[in-house]
Amino acid sequence: MSGTFVGMPAFPSAAREALQDDQLRRNLANATGVIRTKRAEVVDEVDNWEELRVAGAAIKDEVLLHLDEYLIELEASLTAAGAAVHWARDADEACQIVGDIAADHEVDEVVKVKSMATQEIGLNERLAQRGISAWETDLAELIVQLGDDLPSHILVPAIHRNRDEIRDIFVESMASAGKPAPDGLTNDPAALANASRLHLREKFMRAKMAVSGANFAVADTGTLVVVESEGNGRMCLTLPEVLVSVVGIEKIVPSWEDLDVFLQTLPRSSTGERMNPYTSTWSGVNDADGPQEVHVVLLDNGRTRALADEVGRQALRCIRCSACLNACPVYERTGGKAYGSVYPGPIGAILNPLMKGVGVDEQTDSLPYASSLCGACYDVCPVAIDIPSVLVELRTQVVDSHRGGAPDAFGAAMAGAAVSFGSPLPWKTVVLATGWAGRLSGPLAGRVRSSALKNVPGAAGAWAGARDIPALPKESFRAWMKRTGGQE
Amino acid sequence: MVTCINDAFFPETGKAVLRLLQRLGVAVDFPEAQTCCGQPMVNTGYIDEAVPAVRQFTKAFAGYDAIVTPSGSCAGSARHQHKLVAERSGEVGLADAVAEVSPRVYELSEFLVDVLGVTDVGAAFPHKVTYHPTCHSLRMLGVGERPLQLLRAVRDIDLVELPAADQCCGFGGTFAVKNSAVSTAMGQDKIDHVASTGAEYLVAGDNSCLMHIGGMMSRQSTGVQTIHLAQILASTKVMAQ
Amino acid sequence: MSAARDEILGRVRAALAPSAKTERSRVISRSYRDVTAPADPVSLFVERVADYQATVRLVSAAGVADAIAAETEGMHCIVPVDLPWDLSNAEIDDFQSNDELDTFDAVVTGAQVGIAETGTIVLDHQGDQGRRAITLVPDRHICIIRTDQIVAGVPEAIAELNPQRAQTWISGPSATSDIELTRVEGVHGPRRLVVLVVY
Repeated sequence: MSGTFVGMPAFPSAAREALQDDQLRRNLANATGVIRTKRAEVVDEVDNWEELRVAGAAIKDEVLLHLDEYLIELEASLTAAGAAVHWARDADEACQIVGDIAADHEVDEVVKVKSMATQEIGLNERLAQRGISAWETDLAELIVQLGDDLPSHILVPAIHRNRDEIRDIFVESMASAGKPAPDGLTNDPAALANASRLHLREKFMRAKMAVSGANFAVADTGTLVVVESEGNGRMCLTLPEVLVSVVGIEKIVPSWEDLDVFLQTLPRSSTGERMNPYTSTWSGVNDADGPQEVHVVLLDNGRTRALADEVGRQALRCIRCSACLNACPVYERTGGKAYGSVYPGPIGAILNPLMKGVGVDEQTDSLPYASSLCGACYDVCPVAIDIPSVLVELRTQVVDSHRGGAPDAFGAAMAGAAVSFGSPLPWKTVVLATGWAGRLSGPLAGRVRSSALKNVPGAAGAWAGARDIPALPKESFRAWMKRTGGQE
Repeated sequence: MVTCINDAFFPETGKAVLRLLQRLGVAVDFPEAQTCCGQPMVNTGYIDEAVPAVRQFTKAFAGYDAIVTPSGSCAGSARHQHKLVAERSGEVGLADAVAEVSPRVYELSEFLVDVLGVTDVGAAFPHKVTYHPTCHSLRMLGVGERPLQLLRAVRDIDLVELPAADQCCGFGGTFAVKNSAVSTAMGQDKIDHVASTGAEYLVAGDNSCLMHIGGMMSRQSTGVQTIHLAQILASTKVMAQ
Repeated sequence: MSAARDEILGRVRAALAPSAKTERSRVISRSYRDVTAPADPVSLFVERVADYQATVRLVSAAGVADAIAAETEGMHCIVPVDLPWDLSNAEIDDFQSNDELDTFDAVVTGAQVGIAETGTIVLDHQGDQGRRAITLVPDRHICIIRTDQIVAGVPEAIAELNPQRAQTWISGPSATSDIELTRVEGVHGPRRLVVLVVY
C-alpha cells in the first residue's frame, strides 16, 4: 500500500531535506528537462495556441460561474444514459460510496485507472480497511504502490525513480501483490513495461469492478472522458462488469464540441505528444459493450471552498496536465513530495490552500511561499491560470489570517517597511545611515552592514549562508545627487 | 524611479541611468520624495503595509511624462500590483492616482527602445559579457529582445549566450530567505551556467537578482563580476590598444 | 434527492452569490478553429501515424484483402460482425469471454474517423469495428480506414462524431513514458498497430 502525506513538515524544511538527495535531483532535472523540450516542440507547431488557451479558460470559467446549473444538467444527462449518480461532500463520503458499491457486489478487489481525485480522497487506504484491495494499473502508480511510496508528480507519480530503482521495486514486490517479476528482469524500460503487462493482465482478466476518475464530464451528453497512454484505462473501463468513476465537480465542460479545445491542449501540455495513445469516451451504459452497471460520484471535498475565492477560483480550471510542474524551477529541485500533497508543484501550491483553507495548519500556509514568482508556470498553463497572482493573493490571506496576534519577524519587518516607505523623511534617514555605514571600516562595518537584514532575525543568516552581502557604498544615490546636483 | 535598493546599495546604477538619459537628450529629474514601490510587502502578503509606499509613489511621481526605472520587477510592481493595493485599501482617490501614474512607468530598456526609439545608445564596453533576462522583465513585462538589441549595439562588447538563460536565478525577494535552500540551489545552477560561458561580466536589468547571483559568485570566488545593464549602456570606455 | 446533493448545490450557490451572476452564455470564441487546412490530409495522416511507431500503408480498394491476409498470416484472428472483408482464418465476434479474447493473436476492424493533424484513428464501435474489448485484448490491431474518412484536425473529428456512442481514440500502439519520461511502445493495449489506408 502507498504511504500517506499526513503529518508532512512545512515546505521549507521538507524542501531542504529533498535537496540533500542527489539521486532525486538528477532524476528530476533529467525528466523535467526532457518533457519541457518535448512540450515546447509540439506547442510551437500549433499556430493558434494562444486562442486555444483563451478558449479553454473561457469554457472552464463559464462552467465555474454557473456550476450549480451545469451539475444539475450533468446529473440529468448521466441518469438518462443509464448511469447512477452519487454526490459526495467530502473524502469520507466518497470513499463510503465506492466501498458500499464494492460491498454490494461482494468483490474483494478492484482495478483502478490513474485518478487524482481518488488519490486525493485516500480511496485505496479506505478500501483496504474494508478488506478490499485496490490495484493501481498505471505503470507509475504501480511503481509507487509496490514501492510503498508517495507520488511526486501529477502525471508521472514515480518521476523521482530511475530505471534501476524501478527494477529493484518490481523484483522485490511484485510477487507479494500477484504475478512475480520475470526471472532476470533488466532495467531496460521496455522490459520493465512488459513486466507490468504480465503482472497486471491477470488482474484485468478477473476484475469484476473498476474505479476511475475522469478528465472531462460533458454536461449536455453525460459523456465521461479518460485520457491515457498505456491501455490500462481501456482495460478498466471496458472489461469489468461494474464501473465507478469519481469525478471532481469542476471537471465539467458544457458540451461535446468543447472537447475540441482540450483534446488539443491536454496531450501537448502533458506528455508533449500531439495526441496521447488512448482516449476513451462513454455516456452511461452501452448496450452489450463494456460495464453494464455504471456509477458516477460527484466530489466536492473543498472545491466549493475554492470556488468562493474570486481570485483563486481560476485554479479550478486546471486540467491536471502538469506542465506547470515541469516548468517550475522550484519543483525541479525539490520534487513533489516536499509539497506534502497529491497535488504538488505550482498548481498544488495554490490548490491545496484554496481547497483546505489558510490559517489552519503551518504546512498548508507554507505552500503559497514555495515559489520565486518567476511566472514560468503561467506561461505554460493551457487554461491560463495566473498562478503567480493567485500565490500573491494567498500569501495575503495567510498573513491576514494571522493578524491580531503577536507579529512574527516578517510581520515586524513589514510594519517597519510601511513606516520607512510611507513618507520621504524616514526613508531618507535609513539611506543616510547606510551611507555612514559604508564609510566605516573594520569589524564595525561588517556588523552595521547587515543591519538592514537584522530587522528580520534569521534572515541575515539565511541570506549570508551561501551569499556575500554586497559592500555598502560610501554614499547613497540620493546623497550624491544632493552633493553634486547630478553632475559628475 | 531609481528604486530603494539602488538608492541605498547600488548608486552607480542610478548615476549610469542619469548619464545615459542625459546623453540621449532626455530632461531627467530625481524626485526626492520617492521611497519604494511596495513590491517586497505585496509579494510577501503584506498588502496593508504596502499602502503607504504606493500612496507615496503616486505623490512622488505625479505629473511626469515617463517614469523610468532600472528594474523590471519594480516596473512590474507599479504597473501590475499598485492597482490591487489601491483597491484593497479602499482609500479615496488612491485608485485614481494609481491609474494616472502607473501606465507611465517604463523599465529602462522599454523606454529606450519603445519611447526614444534607439537601440544604439553610443556605448562602448570592451569586455566579454553574458546576459541574464530576469523573470519579471521577461514574463511580467515582456521586454523580450530589447535588452539584447541594446547590448548588441554596444561597441567592442563580446556578448556570449547564457545557457538556460530563461531559468529563474532563485532570488524571488523574500523567497531568498524564506526558502533559502531552494533559492541557493537555483542560484548554483545559474552561476554554473554563467561560469560555463567564460564571461567577465554577468549583466541583467535588475540589481536585486544580481545581488543574489553576485553574492553567491563572490562567496565562491568565481571571478565573474555582476553589472547592471544601465552601467554598460552608459559606458564609453574604449578598447585599450 | 440526497442531502449531499442539496448541500453541495447550496455551497456552490453560496460561493457564487457575491459574484455578479450572468446568464449562461455558452458563447465561446471559436477563432481557434480558423486554421489553414493541410494541403494533403492523407499524406499528413500517414506521416503522423508513422511517427508513433505504428505500421501504416496505403492500399487500393482492390488490394485490401491481400494486404489483410499478409498482415495476419498464420495468426488466430477475431473480426467484428460487419467487417466488409472476408478473412478465411478469422473468427467472428460472438461475445467471447475476456479469457477467450486473450487467446487471439490479432483483430481486424474498420474505423469511423481519422485525424490527419494528430495521426489518430477513432473507433465508435459500430458494426465494422465491434465492441470495445475485441480491439483491446489481442496484441495486434489491424485497422482499415478509407481516405474519405480522414479529416484535418481534432475540431473536424469532434464535429463528425456522435457522443452518445462509446469511442476509442487511438494514436499509435499502447505506450508509456513513466520510466524517466522515455517513451516505450507496448504496455497493456495492442503492442502492434497496423493502419491500412484505402484509396
